[in-house]
Amino acid sequence: MTSLVVLDFDATGIKQPARSAVAAAVKLGGEVHVLLSGTGIGESAAAAAKIAGVSKVLVADDASLTHELAETTAALVVSLAPAYSHIFQAATAAGKNMIPRAAALLDVQVISDISDVIDADTFIRPIYAGNALATVKSSDSKKLITVRASSFDPVAAEGGSATIENVTVPTAGTSSKYLSSELSKSERPELTAAKIIVSGGRGMQNGENFTKLIDPVADKLGAAVGASRAAVDAGYVPNDYQVGQTGKIVAPQLYIAIGISGAIQHLAGMKDSKVIVAINKDEDAPIFQVADYGLVGDLFTILPELEKAL
Amino acid sequence: MKLLVAVKRVVDYNVKVRVKSDKSGVETAGVKMSMNPFDEIAVEEAIRLKEKGIATEIVAVSIGVTQAQETIRTALAMGADRGILVETDVAVEPLAVAKLLKALAEKEGAELVILGKQAIDDDMNATGQMLAALLGWPQGTFASKVEIADGNAKVTREVDGGLETVELKLPAVVTADLRLNEPRYASLPNIMKARKKQIDIVKPADLGVDVTPRLTIVSVAEPPGRKAGIKVPDVATLVDKLRNEAKVI
Repeated sequence: MTSLVVLDFDATGIKQPARSAVAAAVKLGGEVHVLLSGTGIGESAAAAAKIAGVSKVLVADDASLTHELAETTAALVVSLAPAYSHIFQAATAAGKNMIPRAAALLDVQVISDISDVIDADTFIRPIYAGNALATVKSSDSKKLITVRASSFDPVAAEGGSATIENVTVPTAGTSSKYLSSELSKSERPELTAAKIIVSGGRGMQNGENFTKLIDPVADKLGAAVGASRAAVDAGYVPNDYQVGQTGKIVAPQLYIAIGISGAIQHLAGMKDSKVIVAINKDEDAPIFQVADYGLVGDLFTILPELEKAL
Repeated sequence: MKLLVAVKRVVDYNVKVRVKSDKSGVETAGVKMSMNPFDEIAVEEAIRLKEKGIATEIVAVSIGVTQAQETIRTALAMGADRGILVETDVAVEPLAVAKLLKALAEKEGAELVILGKQAIDDDMNATGQMLAALLGWPQGTFASKVEIADGNAKVTREVDGGLETVELKLPAVVTADLRLNEPRYASLPNIMKARKKQIDIVKPADLGVDVTPRLTIVSVAEPPGRKAGIKVPDVATLVDKLRNEAKVI
C-alpha cells in the first residue's frame, strides 16, 4: 500500500493544509509519496523532502501545469496512478477542482472532504453541513480522496529525508487556459492555517467597519480575518474571507464571531474551533449556542474596548 | 446553443437534519424538500444566457425518485424549456450522475452544462468535475461570473486566495458558486405555464449506465455536540477568561 499526496504550494512554500493531507496518508499507514507540479519547484521540492513521514517527492516541472489547471494536473495524476492505492489532496480549491476529475478518469467514486481514516477502505466524512458524520466504505480498487485539513493535525515540516525524483509529464492538449487572478493581499496569516480568527458578519454593516474595527483587533492578536456569507454577499469583504459549509472550513484555537448570527451553514465551517467567542447584540442569536464565551452588546463599542484591553 | 442544467432534489437548506436512530442515514420522511440552492443559481445562469440570445434551449435534468419531477417543474417555472428525469430509487453517487449526464449531454448535443458546485446533502462537490472528465471537456468550477463569446466561456472562479479567470473552449462544464447571480422567483403565470412543459422520464438502463454505488454507508452519526458556554458581562472579563481560563491568547 503506497499513497500519493498532491501538495498545495506556492512561492511562499508548502501550504499547511498539504501537510494535513500528508497526516491523513500517514494515519492510513504504508509508504507516502508526494507530488509537486508546476514550474520553478526546486525550493518547494527540497522543503517537501523534509516533511515528516514522506519517503519520496515526485516533481512534475512543466509549463502546462502552472496555475493548477485541473485538466492537465488530473491527466498527470492519472498517469502516476497505477503505482498507488490511495491518492490524496487537501480539500483546497485546487484539490476540490482536480481530484474528482482524476477520479472520474480512473472510474473511481471520489471520497470528498474526509475528517478521519478508519482503514484502507473506510473513511469518515461530514455530510449535511457537518450535521451528520457518515462512515463510508469504498469498493473501488483505488481511492481518490480530498482531506478536510482542519480535522488532521499537520505533520511536522521538518524531520524527513525523502528522495526527489522527476516524473514525465503527459503531453495532453487542453482546451482550458488560465487568464488572470485577483488575489487578496494580506500580511495576516491564512485562514486555514491561523491559530486565531476574528470574523465579522452582517452586523458589521459595511466594509469600512471591517477595516476600522476588526483589523486592529486581529492585528493585536496576530489573527486572520474571516467573514460570514452574509458579509461577503453584501460586498463588505472578498469571497476568500468566507467561512462556512461552502467557504473555508477552519478549526483555530480561538474563533471570535462578531455580528454573526450563526446560520448552520456558517457553524459548519467553524464549530470545531477549540474556543469560540461570540459578540452579538441579539442575545438569542444561535451563535451563542456554540460559543464558550458570549458577550451581548453593541459591537461598535465593544470592539474598540477589546482592542485596548488586548 | 443547447444548454443542459442539472438540478437535485435535496432536504431544504433551512431544515436542521436529524440522524435516524438506527444510524442508517438522516431522517427525510416528512421533511421539506427543495431544489439544491446551488442548482437554482445554475438554472438562473442558464436562463440569463437564453435571455441574452446565447442559449437557444435549456433542458433541466434531474436524477432520482419520481418526486424529483417537482424539482424539474421548479426549473421549468423559472424558465427552462423542458425536462428529463432519470428515474431511480438508488441513491446515485456523483460518478453515476456524471455518467448519466454525459449520456444525455451527448444525446441532446449540448454545448454547455451548468450545475451547482455542490449539493447541500452529501456535500461531495464532485459531479461537475467528474462530468467534464468523462466528456473530455474543460471545466470552470466555483464560477462567480460566466461570459460566453466566440466559442469560448470566460469563467471567473472563486479560489482560496480570491478570484481566478480561465478561458474554456466550448463545449464545457461550469459549476455555479454562490455569487454567480441571485436566482429569480417563479411568477404565478410561469408556474402555470410550466405545468404544460414536457418532462421525459427515462431509466438509467435506457442510457446504458450502471448506477450501483461504490461507497457503502456503514453508519451515520451525530457529530460531537458543543455546549453553550457562559455569557460574560464585559470586555475585561472576556479578556481575562481568554488569558487565564482558556489560555488561548
